[in-house]
Amino acid sequence: MSIDVLPILSTLRRHRLTATLLVLQIALTCAIVCNATFLIGDRLSRMLMPSGIPEEQLMRITVSDIGARGDVHARTVTDLAALRRVAGVDAVTVGNSLPFGSSSWTSGLRLDKAQKSPSIDVGLFYGEGLSDVLGLRLVAGRRFTPDEYVWVDDHVTRRAAGANVAMVTSALAKRLFPEGSALGRQVVIGTDTMRIVGIIDRLAAASVSARDDLNDTVVLPWRMIPAYGGGYFIRARPERAARVLADAVAALKAVDPRRVVVEARLYPEIRARYFATDRAMALTLGVVSMALLVVTALGIVGLASFWVGQRRRQIGIRRALGARRADILRYFQTENFLLASMGIVLGMVLAYGVNLILMRQYELPRLPLLYLPVGAVALWILGQVAVLAPALRAASVPPVVATRG
Amino acid sequence: MFGYYVELALRSLRRSRALTALMVLAVALGIGASMTTLTVLHVLSGDPLPGRSGSVFMPRLDPRDLDGYDASAALPTQVTWADGMNLLRAGRAHRQALMVGGATAVQSDDASLDPFFVPARFTTADFFPMFGVPFRYGNAWSNGDDEGRARVAVISDALNDRLFHGGDSVGRTLHIDGVDLRIVGVLAPWRVVPHFYDLSTGDYATTEQVYVPLRTARDLRLKRNGGVECWGSGSADEDGMETASCVWLQFWVQLDDAGAVAAYRTFLDGYVHEQVARGRFLRPARSELPDVMQYLDERRVVPGDVRLQVWLALGFFVVCLVNTVGLMLAKFMRRAGEVGVRRAMGASRRSIFLQLLTEAVAIGVAGGVGGLLVALAGLALVRQQPSAAAHLAHLDATMLATTFAVSIAATALAGVVPAWRACRIPPALQLKSQ
Repeated sequence: MSIDVLPILSTLRRHRLTATLLVLQIALTCAIVCNATFLIGDRLSRMLMPSGIPEEQLMRITVSDIGARGDVHARTVTDLAALRRVAGVDAVTVGNSLPFGSSSWTSGLRLDKAQKSPSIDVGLFYGEGLSDVLGLRLVAGRRFTPDEYVWVDDHVTRRAAGANVAMVTSALAKRLFPEGSALGRQVVIGTDTMRIVGIIDRLAAASVSARDDLNDTVVLPWRMIPAYGGGYFIRARPERAARVLADAVAALKAVDPRRVVVEARLYPEIRARYFATDRAMALTLGVVSMALLVVTALGIVGLASFWVGQRRRQIGIRRALGARRADILRYFQTENFLLASMGIVLGMVLAYGVNLILMRQYELPRLPLLYLPVGAVALWILGQVAVLAPALRAASVPPVVATRG
Repeated sequence: MFGYYVELALRSLRRSRALTALMVLAVALGIGASMTTLTVLHVLSGDPLPGRSGSVFMPRLDPRDLDGYDASAALPTQVTWADGMNLLRAGRAHRQALMVGGATAVQSDDASLDPFFVPARFTTADFFPMFGVPFRYGNAWSNGDDEGRARVAVISDALNDRLFHGGDSVGRTLHIDGVDLRIVGVLAPWRVVPHFYDLSTGDYATTEQVYVPLRTARDLRLKRNGGVECWGSGSADEDGMETASCVWLQFWVQLDDAGAVAAYRTFLDGYVHEQVARGRFLRPARSELPDVMQYLDERRVVPGDVRLQVWLALGFFVVCLVNTVGLMLAKFMRRAGEVGVRRAMGASRRSIFLQLLTEAVAIGVAGGVGGLLVALAGLALVRQQPSAAAHLAHLDATMLATTFAVSIAATALAGVVPAWRACRIPPALQLKSQ
């Protein structure tokens, strides 16, 4: 092998342009595929973010009443009673938003009123008994008691005041009070001072911009009404969920046939819609990467075939002088290995450069170093697989070719 | 002579089918991917009001209190009811409209049709002439209708089809949210991309289907939606929106020349200073007057993913081109013997060069056709995507022509070096080695 390298290099020097083009192609492929794979991983990890709720059991129905006036509270209570009568409904409430449910309610959270600028933007979740319906796991403190709830419209218009209590996620609690327990501590949400009475394991926000803020969420003791954009959140056993959804829609229509069902979806579909663009992007990146690898592999096959065709006589002479088939085969394999290595080295530098640009433009993390050796091995294998057929053809050139033409 | 070159090129391409197919495929994939992503970018970053966007402006001011004040932060993109009404009544622009989005349930006289929800816009009358909205039947309502809270509506072409089977429905009644409005106009098909005048309902939201005078809609408490930003004691309670310290309305003006723009800037600046002097505005006086495209640039409306896909596709195209240059070089050098014979028979370098370039261009034409098919397939896939603007991605005549031009230019360019190399082959050496 070591003997082969020098003659190979001197041959490549004579085909400088072709060799350079192949190296360039491998380098560009390496740079693009490394970054694309990294981006795919980034999107997949986004799509796998935990919501903190029993996804397979939940569904949301949003209705809108036409021209219905009168007591919104009474109508909401009637609807809820009708839904509770549907067979298979384990729990139901009117809630304002769901993790990754797109309809997001946020407010600034501060530690005290004197602090001028909002310290953290938190996602607000409310609805009577929401923490039960969403199956949130309590890690400390307690849930809200029935007498602590107030209708959200009464709260907003200051017609009635509810208990100033809140539940926060453990991640938010740790962020706000790193030195001790958050239970019993006060926070200012919007303009309301609230006491933390419960800490829940996790509850992902309705809309996530930065991954670190995923669990910056608060549950408040407000009864939601459909007129404020709230939906009916229903929990049922997974195997009955689809059936329950259809029955629940029918039950709501039975209460008022003139109402419009704006949305009726199982939670997995709601979640899938939220991540649809990520899925599409990951798919695009995957398809383009595959196409790139195929084009590069075919390019290697094409060039290697050309070289084999061009060097038939030289191969024949080498065979006539005693080179074995394996020597010829190894010659072409070594040649490809050298070219691929040059391409990979250049590709690594390019990959790093592309990543720097992406980091600046799209606020992506740095390309983990692990990607570089994995990418290198992948391209070496690709090159060897691509060159195998032309190299075998070269190895089968008979020595007698040397004596012809 | 050209015909002869084409014939030679085709014969040569036929001789090495696999290599030719590989080159055509590479060019087609590269072109197709690039054109798909560029078309999407072109659609999403287009001018929503071609020919008008330069004269439509968004007056911006800052009525918020000092809580969380940051001198470098962007100004609100919406206005309060009080400021909107003040600016509207001042009437200093050629046209001005105050508006907010909504959603209304529409009922048909046809009892078999279930009520359905459509996006609505509650606006003052200038919306239609200012944005150049085309009418199929009837007209917009008047400023008098705005003041008089007239029970009138304009509906979209699509809604007219659905409710009245496309007939002239002017004068007929529209039942929405339990109230009756008289239809005064039906729009011709109209869509603005992006939905620039109210991004809070979605950057690429579809245009509305029901238009109602703003004050009429507020009187009837038609369902409003869109972004609301409140401060101090402001709360988004529907009954108190007119007096709340919240911004929730969009205000746009039309200014036809530089003089009008300068005059409006002075007026707006004066208005803000006056509000500060009266103690209504607490923050230091600041106002802005971006036009449509400046506003869209600031808001970075085009999704980052779309730009990323364009770069990815262009990178892919470059690899495909490098691949094609390499393969063409291999192919042309392989024919050194043939070139040598032709040179010996008296063919000039120039004619060899042109002949080989013709071959490259032939690959470009085939690659262009293939690229077009790839782009059509790619766009069909894009249209399957759930995002709001995806279904807008269609190849137009410009992009079609560009596809071919780029494909041919790129392959011709890729063919230059290999053809140049091949035509410099000394004839004698080749003849000797045969």
